[in-house]
Amino acid sequence: MTAVLIEAGVKVAVFLVLLLTVVAYMVWVERKVSAAMQDRPGPNRVGPMGLLQPLADGLKFLFKEDIVPANAHKPLYLLAPVLTLAAALAGFAVIPFGSSIEIGGRNISLAIADVNMGILYVLALGSLNVYGLMIAGWASGSKYSLMGGLRAGAQVISYELSMGVSLIGVLMVTGSLRLSEVVQLQAGGFWHWNLVTQPIAGLVFFVACFAETNRLPFDLPEAESELVAGYHTEYSSMKFAMFFMAEYAHMVTVSALMAALFLGGWHLPFFDLQQAGWSVTAIGLTHMAVFAAKIAFLLVLFVWVRWTLPRFRYDQLMDLGWKVLFPLALANLVYVGIGIAMGLPWLGGFTR
Amino acid sequence: MSLEALPLEMIVFVVTAVVAVVAALLVVLHRNPVVNAVALIVNLACLAVFFLLLRAPFLAAVQVIVYAGAIMVLFLFVIMLLDLKAELHPPRAGAFQRVMAVFAGAAFLSLMVLAMRRSRSTFAMKEVADAGHGTVERVAEEMFRNHLVSFELASVLLLVAMVGALVIARAFAETPDPQEPSA
Amino acid sequence: MRPPTEWYLAIAALLFTIGVVGVLARRNAIVIFMSIELMLNAVNLTLVAYADSFGASDAQVFVFFVMAVAAAEAAVGLAIILAIFRRRRSTSVDDINLLKW
Repeated sequence: MTAVLIEAGVKVAVFLVLLLTVVAYMVWVERKVSAAMQDRPGPNRVGPMGLLQPLADGLKFLFKEDIVPANAHKPLYLLAPVLTLAAALAGFAVIPFGSSIEIGGRNISLAIADVNMGILYVLALGSLNVYGLMIAGWASGSKYSLMGGLRAGAQVISYELSMGVSLIGVLMVTGSLRLSEVVQLQAGGFWHWNLVTQPIAGLVFFVACFAETNRLPFDLPEAESELVAGYHTEYSSMKFAMFFMAEYAHMVTVSALMAALFLGGWHLPFFDLQQAGWSVTAIGLTHMAVFAAKIAFLLVLFVWVRWTLPRFRYDQLMDLGWKVLFPLALANLVYVGIGIAMGLPWLGGFTR
Repeated sequence: MSLEALPLEMIVFVVTAVVAVVAALLVVLHRNPVVNAVALIVNLACLAVFFLLLRAPFLAAVQVIVYAGAIMVLFLFVIMLLDLKAELHPPRAGAFQRVMAVFAGAAFLSLMVLAMRRSRSTFAMKEVADAGHGTVERVAEEMFRNHLVSFELASVLLLVAMVGALVIARAFAETPDPQEPSA
Repeated sequence: MRPPTEWYLAIAALLFTIGVVGVLARRNAIVIFMSIELMLNAVNLTLVAYADSFGASDAQVFVFFVMAVAAAEAAVGLAIILAIFRRRRSTSVDDINLLKW
């Protein structure tokens, strides 16, 4: 029992440290990639290639003056960034990073908590995400923030719907809500990946991820030129940094989900490592590296899209969510249903 | 030392129960409607924890997704859209009504306690060693085998509610505002 | 150490009572609605406690339907409140207790 607790505690600590480091360095990645796309050097003063820039940014945030507007509702104003960050980080608990590793004879699975209903847990946290935005918008006590918060809330719940329905297709093929089983069923090669067998679902999920994390082209609620800065207009120093971190952490979480659900998780196609006689730990660590590589690719894709596409207008955004993505997700559902009933080989078939 | 030997479940239950009751009191007593809504969200989350303790993981997830994640968002939207200046002029019921409300509540509570005491004998808890109880598969089996008609009716109900809400909210948007001068 | 079923029922009864007091004592229509949701949730808790103590899955299905009905009711109720607010500029139920004004 104590062993279980210690194992879980260590896993949580390790993943948290890794996640927060990745979140901090996403700032650097964002600035470097955007600089490359705009033909300029990007941060290169602080440390070699600007690698210490996130540290400098963090220190800057710590030393900034903390202003609380007079009209703000203090308790909720302070709660909102914490809520957003917590919901963003908590999604990491069910993601399987690899099969398992062996330390001292114990088989340790590489997911913090591979629960029976991983997909439902993910959807639940997505639903909780909306509260941070709306409460921040209202508690700041200013009209800009309120409008930004309401818009963000409407956007998130609209795209959450398409996200959920696109996941149903994956669920039907897998026959289980457990994320490690979803990954297991994508073993073999590229053609087993859910992105290849259900491309529409993958596309809908990916676009919905952009909207969920409020990234361009869906970042109307926090756009600088629109509503000043939307729901985090009135936030300064560490609370603003928390919103930032929450956004990047959420990006990492949805990239990890996308990789696990649609890109084959930690499977490395064409390499059967068990056959090559590698030890369990070595295989587990390789899996983690492959998964990390896929997440990294998706994160760079996020940044790439941000600096390429212009922002959607609010009505265009809502139209896209309700009139385009939702029918596409439903169409995918029909396709998967018919495919399973017909017994199409690449859709697995529900054998339970 | 096995997982069942620790009083972990008891500790979680007590903490969650305290938070749930405090949140419920906040819902009913605080004057700011947004605080009421957030307190209700906290209460719903505590209930989700109770469902987890009571071996109903699927319902816990559905509670968070549907109740705490969608219905309460609806409430928050309406509250924020109406921009209720609650702090300035909170509508208060008269003192007599509030006292009577507490009496009514106490009456209900005693009724429920009485009912519980009378049915004590049925609580010989069957040690259900059923590992599948409460999982998605079990609930789905039960629902789609024995209650399929209710399920279909519920979906029709939701459709009707959706259309109804749209019609009501839209129809009244077209009536002229009584405060605006006629053109 | 599993808390006995009566404790769950007691909490549910307490939450239900608080909901009843809320419905009767508050004047803000939205808060009355929220108290009703509180009552519905207390009932859900009772159902799930019984489902656990008898090992029955029917009660869990019932809870599912209660949630669906609560969602439908919340949507329509809030639409009505919005519509009334547009007319009266107030959410207090004291302002809408006359049939026509």
